[in-house]
Parts: sequence; structure tokens; C-alpha cells
Amino acid sequence: MTAAEFAPIVFAAALLAGFVGSLTGLGGGVIITPVLTLFLGVDMRYAIGATLVSVIATSSGAAAAYVRDRYSNIRIGMFLEIATTLGAVCGAWLGTHVPTRALAIVFGVVLLQAAWQASREPKPQTKLPVSDPLACRLKMNSSYPTATGECHYSVRRVKAGFGLMFVAGAISGLLGIGSGSLKVIAMDQVMQIPFKVSTATSNFMIGVTAAASASLYLSRGYVDPGIVMPVMLGVLAGSMVGAKLLPRLGVPLLRKGFAVIVGLIAIQMIVTGIRGTI
Amino acid sequence: MKSSKWTDERIEQVVSILLRTGVLIAGAVVFVGGIYYFARHASEPVNYRTFHGEPEVDRILHRIVAGAFTLRGRSIIQLGVVLLLATPIARVAVSLVGFALQRDWTYVLITAIVLGVLLYSLVGGALQG
Repeated sequence: MTAAEFAPIVFAAALLAGFVGSLTGLGGGVIITPVLTLFLGVDMRYAIGATLVSVIATSSGAAAAYVRDRYSNIRIGMFLEIATTLGAVCGAWLGTHVPTRALAIVFGVVLLQAAWQASREPKPQTKLPVSDPLACRLKMNSSYPTATGECHYSVRRVKAGFGLMFVAGAISGLLGIGSGSLKVIAMDQVMQIPFKVSTATSNFMIGVTAAASASLYLSRGYVDPGIVMPVMLGVLAGSMVGAKLLPRLGVPLLRKGFAVIVGLIAIQMIVTGIRGTI
Repeated sequence: MKSSKWTDERIEQVVSILLRTGVLIAGAVVFVGGIYYFARHASEPVNYRTFHGEPEVDRILHRIVAGAFTLRGRSIIQLGVVLLLATPIARVAVSLVGFALQRDWTYVLITAIVLGVLLYSLVGGALQG
């Protein structure tokens, strides 16, 4: 394959991944790496490098919309970014020492979880009675706009959320994905932050987390210009179109259908990892 | 908090403009680099099946910048990647200034730690080679 043949194929795949990723909330990263490795035969390490870069682009590009809606919480985000960036550095270190077969298997498992989570409705929170004193001291409690006026919320289990965020950061750095679904679990289910605030803040954090590990991957030679160019431009264009269409499409059915496809890709990823053909 | 001109909302607004601008500039640079890259390498075969790792010129910070100034396509693309990496880092730096203007020293410290980790991986990683 020549460069002139490779780039348009990758661009088209990235465009689709970015488009569907932003519609379903799964993000482009979890889809583009399997496409590159399983269908285009790209080594997993090149795929990870290119995908991490595209994750930064989509996260940063989408942040503006969330800020306009006043959903994201900069204090919660910044505090938890200590955990995610440290995790990302550890994950990136681990990623360069683990064989690609193992990476493929871990990737498949994470992908299965993300697909399963995306296919369901967000679980209703079972409220703990009291706010975490640490959350008060860190001024995390805030409010967000709803149709019926400002809705106040308080944050719980800060330490547990912080710990899970370290894991989310490590997985992001290890596999080169945003690991947005794990970040949302940490905030929505563990820290009991409202779902809209959790997703907006998670998106805000993804770019910073990915920047921590992408810098390391760049200096280790994982980021190839010939791959990153079509991937980044494709995912960016696709997610911009997806974000524009989002309010007008019936998403739940699309999410379920897409989750099935992602689940199948995940199994394929695990199988190739076990057989060692990656 | 409300008396301060630098409310959390104001910080986030500045930050979101910065993020969008950064991404657009980085995307434009990568696109231009792609044109230069194709002008020279379009008909060359590519093989990404086996991992070789990039040569120093495409992974060490100052060599990327130097290469981009000679209008080498691959270097311009990598420069766009570096600009993209710098965008969230700039975001954290702006937040640090915002919290300092609020005199919220707890969050100045928190933000400084995040900034430290990011700079460590960008500069530290590049220096190690």
C-alpha cells in the first residue's frame, strides 16, 4: 500500500469513528485502534500513539460546548486530574514494557465494559445521606442549570473517586484511549455527582490525561506522522459533525446497536490477542 | 468568591476559547504538513505492520521544530501534534493563574501539581530521548 492509498482509507475510518463515537458518547478512541489494528494491520503501538493524539483533539474541541452549558466543574476536574495524570504516566510506562498481545487482550476487556455501559440507561444513584467533609474543604459542591432552575449538588466519597481516577488514567495511558466511561463511573456512581456534570467534567479531563501520556509516547517514537495525520483530522471532523447532529437524532437505539458492534470488535480483539496474531 | 472578577465560570470561558483555538491551529498545521508530506511521499509504499519506532527527527522536541522550519512535511505534522499536546497544558496553566487571582491557594497547589506532571512528561520525556 502506498501513502496515497493508506491515508484516505484511514481518514474515512477515523471520520466514521469520530462521528459514531460522539453520537454514542463512547468516544472515537475505543473504535479507531481496533480498526487500525484488526482491519488495516497496523502495529498496536502505532495505533495507540495516533489514537491518543486524536483523543486530545476531540476532548478539547468538545469542551467549549460543555462550558457554555455550565455543566462542567473545574474544581472537581482539576483535583481529580492529579490522579488521572499520574495514572497516565504509569500506564504509559507500563505500555512500553508489556507485549502487544497482552495489550490487545486488556483492550478487548475494557472495550467490552464500555460497550456494556453504553448499551444501558444511566443507573439511578442511591444517595448517601451526607456530603464528604473533604469535598466541602475542596469547595467541590456546586450547582448546575436545569429546566426548573439551579440544581445544587454535593460530592461524596472523594478518596474512593480519586483512587478510581488513578486507574482510569492508567488505562488511558496504557491503551491510548480517553477512558471516559470509567471516569464517568467514578464521578457518577462513586462520588454521586449528577450525570450531566460527570460527563461534562470527564470530557474536560480526558484531554489533560491524554496529554500526559501522549507526550511520553511521542518521545518514544510511537507517533507516526503518516498515521496520525489522517486519524487526527478524520476523528476531529467526524466528532464535530456528530456533536452538531446529536440533539436531533434518536440516540438510545443507535447506542444499543453500536454497543453490539463494539462488543463483537472487543471479542475479536481478545481472540487475536490470545492467538498472538496481532 | 463572588466578589472576585475571576469566578470559576470566567476561568472556564477563557479556557474553552483557548482549547478551541489550540485545536484549530494544531489541526491546520497538521493539514498543511499533510500536503507537504503527500507532495513528496504520496507514491511511496508504507508498512506499519512491524513497529520500528520513529527516528529522532520525528520524536525529539527541538528536532521536530527545526525540521518544520525546513518545510519537511513529516516534521510539520509532528509540530501540529506538539501544538495539540501543548493545548491542554496551556489550559492548566491558565487555570493556575485564575486560581491565583482568586487567591485560592489550595487550588493553586493542586493545579501546580497537575502542571508539574504534564511538564515532566513533555520535557522530561523529550530530554531522555
